[in-house]
Amino acid sequence: MGNLMKSNRSVPIVLGVLAGIALLVTILSEAYGTGALSTSLTKTLGMTVCLCIIALAMDMVWGYSGILSLGHFAFFALGGYMIGMWLMYARTEDVIAASLAQGQLPATPAELSDAIAVQIFGVVGGDSLPWMWAFSNSLLAQLALVVLVPGLLALVFGWLAFRSRVTGVYLSILTQAMTLALSLYLFQNDTGLRGNNGLSGLQNIPGAEAIPQSQISIWFLWASILALALAYVFAAWVMSGKFGNVIRGIRDDEARVRFLGYSVEGYKLFVFVVSGVMAGIAGALYYPQAGIINPDELAPIASIYLAVWVAIGGRGRLYGAIIGAAVVSLLSTWFTGGRAPDVNLGFYVVQWVDWWTVLLGLGFVLVTLFAPKGLGGLVDLISRKDAK
Amino acid sequence: MSQLLEVSGVSVTFDGFRAINNLSFQIGAAELRAVIGPNGAGKTTFMDIVTGKTRPDEGRVLWGEKSVSLLGLNEAQIAREGVGRKFQRPTVFEDQTVADNLMVALKKDRAPIAVLLFKPSKADHQRVEELAAEIGLSDQLQTQAGILSHGQKQWLEIGMLLAQEPRLLLVDEPAAGMTGPERDHTTELLKEAAKTRAVVVVEHDMDFVRKLDCKVTVLHEGSVLAEGSLDHVTSNQEVIDVYLGR
Repeated sequence: MGNLMKSNRSVPIVLGVLAGIALLVTILSEAYGTGALSTSLTKTLGMTVCLCIIALAMDMVWGYSGILSLGHFAFFALGGYMIGMWLMYARTEDVIAASLAQGQLPATPAELSDAIAVQIFGVVGGDSLPWMWAFSNSLLAQLALVVLVPGLLALVFGWLAFRSRVTGVYLSILTQAMTLALSLYLFQNDTGLRGNNGLSGLQNIPGAEAIPQSQISIWFLWASILALALAYVFAAWVMSGKFGNVIRGIRDDEARVRFLGYSVEGYKLFVFVVSGVMAGIAGALYYPQAGIINPDELAPIASIYLAVWVAIGGRGRLYGAIIGAAVVSLLSTWFTGGRAPDVNLGFYVVQWVDWWTVLLGLGFVLVTLFAPKGLGGLVDLISRKDAK
Repeated sequence: MSQLLEVSGVSVTFDGFRAINNLSFQIGAAELRAVIGPNGAGKTTFMDIVTGKTRPDEGRVLWGEKSVSLLGLNEAQIAREGVGRKFQRPTVFEDQTVADNLMVALKKDRAPIAVLLFKPSKADHQRVEELAAEIGLSDQLQTQAGILSHGQKQWLEIGMLLAQEPRLLLVDEPAAGMTGPERDHTTELLKEAAKTRAVVVVEHDMDFVRKLDCKVTVLHEGSVLAEGSLDHVTSNQEVIDVYLGR
């Protein structure tokens, strides 16, 4: 750890900045501070931190290993669904138990479970819990699934793809197909995850009904920042030593690494699975703050945006991914949230809700053409000035 | 003398074109060998077959004292068996330092977990320095490989192969694009390496082959046309007709 701090100067800086943000937001929060920062803005910040985690995961596969995955939001959303199942089940159980307790006779466990099933699945015409909800009453089991389900998907997909030596744009297309297929599948009503309704009410934490959202939002922000800090240290450690050199070698010259005796496929799979799991954990922290998850979250465009964030932030430098995700997603929230003032050109009114994507696309093109190192490249300029 | 590598009756066809035709080739444990031949003679395909990049349609490729077949192994496994390969174009990891390039190549456990937990020992650093001295890059240990000259990159790649401690080194046109003194250094490197292992050099340049001063195998249309000392093969009428005469 000490060595890592010394060899990678970005680690102490990033950790310091994250601690500073946590402190600042807490001081300005409604629950613990002056109240200058609204609860909804706190949630936005917490969610942004989660997006930084998936951007970090993306940088590990794309920036370091050269695998342009355009399906990472599949892992993110699966993590969200897994935690969402517990949130929804446990919350519904509390509500139903409370309402049944008003009756004359105590409810039997079977009655209780039927009532929960109807409550959750009535909307898609179901009246029993699907098999995949078998562990939804256990927080611990669902937390394990947050890691296992995205990890398993990454393992199976990666094994099939890398073993067949699918690379480059073909692999990107496959990952798009993966997330699109999963999204379309989940849109079906009978898949056990409530079709296009998705899972909702996730902001209500079971057992914490008495605690106001203003407080919960700060807790989630802290948890998200802690997760990002751990993810950053982990990613920096993985990429710092010989493993990182092998991985970057694979990106730059796969054949050379192979003829040195390294199993290129094994390494790619390792990074892909680790990255998928990181994305899943990020999703599990994101959706309780968002409150709702539905199959739209897995739409191919989401994963393409992720690549845009990382490209704008700067690939292959970890903090670049964080800068890109934070800057672009916060700007996106601002522009599309109706807060950005419209620009009246006289003959035409530029409404940012529509024009934001144009601006983003333009930014992406400009960065690609003129600053291939992205926003993170600015850090190079500053630190070079320091050196002089 | 027992053979380290024994290729026998190997043929491979690409889209109807017979790149290798019933080729047989042997090399001993500590031997320098030059393979020459006109373009399309199958020199590179021959290397592809030995290193597992191309699967032959028929024939055998046997390796080591136990005569293990290399045909069932993939590139990485063959490399771990002790076959090193130098590409024609210098391929080093350009955005990493010379020291990192050599460290990655050092003969160590290649499993991902072992590599993740790997910490270089004093002996490892020492070995890297020795190798750098051998290839004449001692002063460039912390230099990015990408800014080395063409010749230096070639040496670095040879250094990486030596770090791998292969028993057989396959080298594809090492002298291409090199200046006179650079060639001499390369010749020394290869001759030194061949004292303790088998080295096969594929080369176009006859002057370079003469300097290597070793047994020569002439390939033509995917099979061996002649084999022996350079003077012996260059006086062979068939060789003169297909190769030297042009």
